[in-house]
Amino acid sequence: MSIWLDSNSKIVVQGITGKNGQFHTEQMLDYGSKVIGGVTPGKGGQETLGLPIWDTMSEAVDAGANVSCVFVPPPFAADAIMEAADSGVDLVVGITEGIPALDMVKVKKYLNSKDTRLIGPNCPGIITPGESKVGIMPGHIHRRGNVGVISRSGTLTYEAVNQVTEKGLGQSTCIGIGGDPVNGTDFIDCLEAFEKDNDTKSIIMIGEIGGSAEETASEYIEEYISKPVVGFIAGRTAPPGKRMGHAGAIISGGKGTASEKMKAMKRAGIHVTENPAELGKTLEEIL
Amino acid sequence: MNIHEYQAKDLFRQYGVRTLEGVVASNPEEAAGACKNLGGNIWVVKAQVHAGGRGKGGGIVLCRSADEVYEAASNLIGKKLITPQTTSDGVEVRKVYVEEGCNISREFYLGIVLDREKELPVMMASIEGGVEIEEVAHKNPEKILKAHVDPITGLGDWQAREIAFGLGLEGNQIKNCIKFMKLLYNLFVNLDCSIVEINPLVVSSDNEIIALDAKINFDSSGLFRHKEIEELRDTNEEEPLETRANEVGLNYIKLDGEIGCMVNGAGLAMATMDIIKLHGGEPANFLDVGGGADSKQVAEGFKVILSDPEVKAIFVNIFGGIMRCDFIAEGIIEAAKEIDMKIPLVVRLAGTNVELGKKMLSESGLDLIAAEDMDDGARKAITAIGGKT
Repeated sequence: MSIWLDSNSKIVVQGITGKNGQFHTEQMLDYGSKVIGGVTPGKGGQETLGLPIWDTMSEAVDAGANVSCVFVPPPFAADAIMEAADSGVDLVVGITEGIPALDMVKVKKYLNSKDTRLIGPNCPGIITPGESKVGIMPGHIHRRGNVGVISRSGTLTYEAVNQVTEKGLGQSTCIGIGGDPVNGTDFIDCLEAFEKDNDTKSIIMIGEIGGSAEETASEYIEEYISKPVVGFIAGRTAPPGKRMGHAGAIISGGKGTASEKMKAMKRAGIHVTENPAELGKTLEEIL
Repeated sequence: MNIHEYQAKDLFRQYGVRTLEGVVASNPEEAAGACKNLGGNIWVVKAQVHAGGRGKGGGIVLCRSADEVYEAASNLIGKKLITPQTTSDGVEVRKVYVEEGCNISREFYLGIVLDREKELPVMMASIEGGVEIEEVAHKNPEKILKAHVDPITGLGDWQAREIAFGLGLEGNQIKNCIKFMKLLYNLFVNLDCSIVEINPLVVSSDNEIIALDAKINFDSSGLFRHKEIEELRDTNEEEPLETRANEVGLNYIKLDGEIGCMVNGAGLAMATMDIIKLHGGEPANFLDVGGGADSKQVAEGFKVILSDPEVKAIFVNIFGGIMRCDFIAEGIIEAAKEIDMKIPLVVRLAGTNVELGKKMLSESGLDLIAAEDMDDGARKAITAIGGKT
């Protein structure tokens, strides 16, 4: 078991002919993900990496796709996400970084009327080790197991995953929810799914400065999550008012600091470590 | 991205948002000359810096003659202005904005921001004009009127009306305020703003609604479709090293510590700063060289870090995801050859092809300190400059 993604997921890559789309499609195929083709408007009928290219998402869905991975550049990414939702896929994973926030406001509004789940944008994607990966994370550091991982970051997630794997543990599913201020799936969606998933026995949650998603998630954990949660917040040393790489990682008006978030997490009974090198160790200790 | 008040007011005027007439001046002569063009017998000279709290720092001066305007401008231009929002060194004033006077009957706060929790733009108004909204939100949250805006329909008349009534406006003021708010919302959306703030917004004695101040912050991700806005950027207001890093596509933010950091990925870069601090050191910067850093970017990263004279050691923390560690190692070797590295360099590599990467570094003959993991790396960087962990 796992959440949202398994070996049966049939993946279409939007923007498959671009440099990143091309490279990561190959990586996904190497990992064993079932990529069935790609969408690049105007290149329908051609082939790439031995896979068919379609002009539209509805053709991809007709061919059996139920998951989409978006590598489309920022000016066109919001439209690509909405096209995917309209085509009826179950899951859209938005990798693209730099989508204007107000475009995402519209996308979120649009998604309300659809059943499609969006992960990201500006995220590494989702992986169920040993089954399938949709995104850009290095597959080989993952190992099948029972730890669910949720994070707003990319490489910091790899760091956590690697620590878990090195402790001889593994992951059920790992999800990067992305570093943008407006995103699809949030911490709570993931927590709810991990709580229900029989193969997930514990959870690592990695947040960062900016917004209040971690505080809200902490309240949810206190009330609804029975599985142990290990937490970390990046950006304790970040100066206020500066955007720390991610569009959403900014302390504004004194709100969204790491210490506030860590406090909320501790209050909710989350095992918070202040040392990002000790996520694996902290988890091992409580299990 | 931030812009100056005079630039924001130009944009306001383009969108029909009512402001006072003003002239931007780079020297006292221009400032005094503006009085004639503007007419009237009262003017306000305002320092043009991005930092807020200008009034408290003496950056806004009321003048009753051209001579006073001249004097106010000469006291500001070329001088450092210290406000509650600047460092103790202050920021240099390069321009002033000379504005006509206005008969004020009431003052408010009006702003539009993106509410991250509700994922919608929100218009906020308060009768506490001139007070920082964060302060009002903290002390008297009930005094803030809010309207969340549906991105499909835009700001509804009824929403604007509710705010106008909530502010206690009457008669023509209400009609004028609704018009004002709707135009301001158009500006916010059309220009991909992340913050538009007017503090104070005033009602003049003839019932006009006027933006006395103007602050706009743009969503950097939206700038690709607003080249005209990008041109308003004033690099004088930025940390020079950040501007330079930005030009070569690096995400760099200067801090006050001694240990320079080079990391791939924003989250890991923040975590690296945090772990240095946790072990008793002080990070000198945030630097995300990107998920796919190549040798050129690594070299640029080193140059930027080393331009900061405070830096006493560098900690390279790379988690090779898709990017292979041997590529990163090559980048470090190339960069180190090009740059004469005189300070300790601690390198931690993990992930794809890590063994090959480590081997390349150890065979390169480079004088560097290898670290096992990020904890080890942070400690070694601190002890390398004589610190204790």
